[in-house]
Amino acid sequence: MADLRSNFIGIKSPNPFWLASAPPTDKEVNVRRAFQAGWGGVVWKTLGSEGPPVVNVNGPRYGVVYGADRRVLGINNIELITDRPLEVNLREIKSVKRDYPDRALIISLMVPCDEESWKAILKQIEDTGADGVELNFGCPHGMAERGMGSAVGQVPEYIEMVTRWVKTHSRMPCIVKLTPNITDVRKPAEAAKRGGADAVSLINTINSITSVDLDLFAPQPTIDGKGTHGGFCGPAVKPIALNMVAEIARNPATYGLPISGIGGVTTWRDAAEFMALGAGTVQVCTAAMTYGFKVVQEMISGLRDYLDDKDITMSDLIGRAVPNVTDWQYLNLNYTTKAVIDQDACIKCGRCYAACEDTSHQAIAMGPGRVFTIKEDECVACNLCVDVCPVESCITMRELEMGEIDQRTGQPVRPYGNWTGHPNNPMAQAAE
Amino acid sequence: MTNSQLTPGVVPGRLPSEAYSVNFQDVAPPLERNEARIAADRCYFCHDAPCVTACPTSIDIPLFIRQISTGTPDAAALTIFHQNILGGICARVCPTENLCEGSCVRMTAEGKPVEIGALQRYATDHLMARGEHPFTRGAPTGKRVAVVGAGPSGLSAAHRLAAKGHEVVLFDARPKPGGLNEYGIASYKAVDGFAAREVDWLMGIGGITLQSGQALGRDFTLDSLRAEYDAVFLGLGLQGVNALSAEGEDRGHVDHAVDFIRDLRQTPDLTALPVGRDVIVIGGGMTAVDAAVQAKLLGAQNVTIVYRRGQDRMSASPHEQDHATHSGVRIICNAAPLKVHGNGTVREVEFFYTRDGANGLEDTGERFRLPCDQLLRAIGQKLDGAPQGLGLSGGKIAVSGPGRTSLPGVWAGGDCASGGDDLTVTAVAEGRDAAEDIHAQLMEAAHG
Repeated sequence: MADLRSNFIGIKSPNPFWLASAPPTDKEVNVRRAFQAGWGGVVWKTLGSEGPPVVNVNGPRYGVVYGADRRVLGINNIELITDRPLEVNLREIKSVKRDYPDRALIISLMVPCDEESWKAILKQIEDTGADGVELNFGCPHGMAERGMGSAVGQVPEYIEMVTRWVKTHSRMPCIVKLTPNITDVRKPAEAAKRGGADAVSLINTINSITSVDLDLFAPQPTIDGKGTHGGFCGPAVKPIALNMVAEIARNPATYGLPISGIGGVTTWRDAAEFMALGAGTVQVCTAAMTYGFKVVQEMISGLRDYLDDKDITMSDLIGRAVPNVTDWQYLNLNYTTKAVIDQDACIKCGRCYAACEDTSHQAIAMGPGRVFTIKEDECVACNLCVDVCPVESCITMRELEMGEIDQRTGQPVRPYGNWTGHPNNPMAQAAE
Repeated sequence: MTNSQLTPGVVPGRLPSEAYSVNFQDVAPPLERNEARIAADRCYFCHDAPCVTACPTSIDIPLFIRQISTGTPDAAALTIFHQNILGGICARVCPTENLCEGSCVRMTAEGKPVEIGALQRYATDHLMARGEHPFTRGAPTGKRVAVVGAGPSGLSAAHRLAAKGHEVVLFDARPKPGGLNEYGIASYKAVDGFAAREVDWLMGIGGITLQSGQALGRDFTLDSLRAEYDAVFLGLGLQGVNALSAEGEDRGHVDHAVDFIRDLRQTPDLTALPVGRDVIVIGGGMTAVDAAVQAKLLGAQNVTIVYRRGQDRMSASPHEQDHATHSGVRIICNAAPLKVHGNGTVREVEFFYTRDGANGLEDTGERFRLPCDQLLRAIGQKLDGAPQGLGLSGGKIAVSGPGRTSLPGVWAGGDCASGGDDLTVTAVAEGRDAAEDIHAQLMEAAHG
């Protein structure tokens, strides 16, 4: 049976599934329940400086995007960092860690952007027994207005500076949590590395308005008739998170920098995808907030089954897909596929036809008896029919063999060739 | 004296009085809002959807389901009513498994169609609960059209004609409008006086004058209508009933299933309605099932449907057949009545087993008898009293295209007209299409 034990920048956990710094990790009672359920680690909800804690709104904190059957696809929140006194959090962290020495317990931090504040908080958490710190440079709402969270995370120089302070004043492993609310995520990741970060974690939540109340004409969640942008997370953000993880993983400047993947991890499969793109651990929030802590048990069994089926170890999986993430210009333009419809599997809904005829390349014919067939001389292999077909594997893409004539172009399939050498590319390097 | 299920003969009050309201409640309770959303989410929004093709009224089903799923059931209802003004009753009585749901691609995919009928009911109920009629009449045309028969086809035609601005006079021989919706379907399919409420709501379009208790051939003639009106639509239904041709059929308590259902639908007190202890229903259609199940619900101890051919030939859908057997009705196939025994009233019925032969059904020579104190005949209805001068086809009024009869200015639709299945939804489609044709001809005449 596959071994899921994880050693991430020296932080050990029985599995790579951690709870992200968020409402589920705000209190001892929650974290104990999480560990009892089987979570490998927890990033404790962000602590602020000593003194009067932040306050939260007293109306709704969350907005939601639903799929069919009220399936939660995404949640946005306007909750701030912990609103409980620092000493209470520290006492609880120490207590939990003492009882769960085998689990990872990381403390998320966010204090004002001056060296003294960071020095002070690092000293205060020193004897909690925590395994590491995560610097919250991502929170996009509320705290950013006060010069913290994503206000720091959007300025690479600040990230580097604060990270350096942390590494100067603490011996703990340091993870820098990145905001996606930025144009090029590689820059803050590079800054974190320059500052001495042991790892980065991403993504934090995405600035969002999830919905507008069409009676109140206000964003949701609505607080006394007004709303504000919140941080969006959950399955809907996974594609954005995967791309950002991959960008850092394949960037030569940050290549090899450990990554803790965050963003819509709901099942073992999501986790495995993040890991394949370079994440050593994954952090989960929305799935737990939607279904409770028990979801980790499916993640554990699922990842184990997958690794066993593939007969690979977890370290084999981590980063395995990174070499296959490339720039568009290097894609093989001579690779040619055509859609094929399995008539036995087809339920004759016609969605492929509508999609292709209305919005794509008019490459599907609708015959008597609702028989749908591919017109290979029109098919550009866009894959939309596969995507909209409600029956899995009913439509597949057939790879044309080398030399086979592409009915659309009349040309035979040729060996690898990309845009950099394509005759239509004015910048193409002439083949010698 | 208190009767029970064991009491011999045809007597009322076989059950405790509180049992009747339970037995005759809605057979398919309406979907709640959340149930409707979940059901609607299953629709794939097919291109040129097979369910629409399968619907005789061509309701844009994917569109109305999408409108439900986005929280606009009234818009969904309008989509339905544009095509089928009797979408409410059709949602309740359509054999959907043979029509829209039977062709749903999810039947192919996983054997469970989208619940189109239930969703249609959800949407139409929602809009009708507003208590206002959703359509407005066009400008008056000055044309007058007579519609004979206030059943599904006549109501559909009348509504469409009124919507176009014509003046409609709607005649019906019975005291109440609605036709089979009011008199001919099982009461648990249209509870709380739905058929009557639907007619009231439909009449909200305005421009329709109802003349109840007015029978063609008795109170007026087709010729008089043709003389008085610009056009005539005949939606007469099938008033005649077929005979069994079994010996002793004239004995007491040998009734027509349609009369039994009519009495049941119209009685103010189900506890006062007599029913036999051993009831036999002859036939294989929806009327047979409706009669048999309701006899059972009224407290008959044994109810048996006897059908002369194989079960696969029954015109009652498999869903209806299951409903019958789940209700405790026994179905015997390949048997036909030979003789009705009894002294004054029926006491038992003798049957012969049948088989398919070269020249149709054959007598196998095998006999059996079933005790019986009430025999209900549900072996089909026929057109009685068609006006002179109309061409007939297969015993029905011959029509071509959208309900044109052999007489100029006279259209027909529904069960009385040739072509199409004898279904409520087909009647609605025929009434609607005839109305459109009448309108086109009248306007052409006016402007031509």
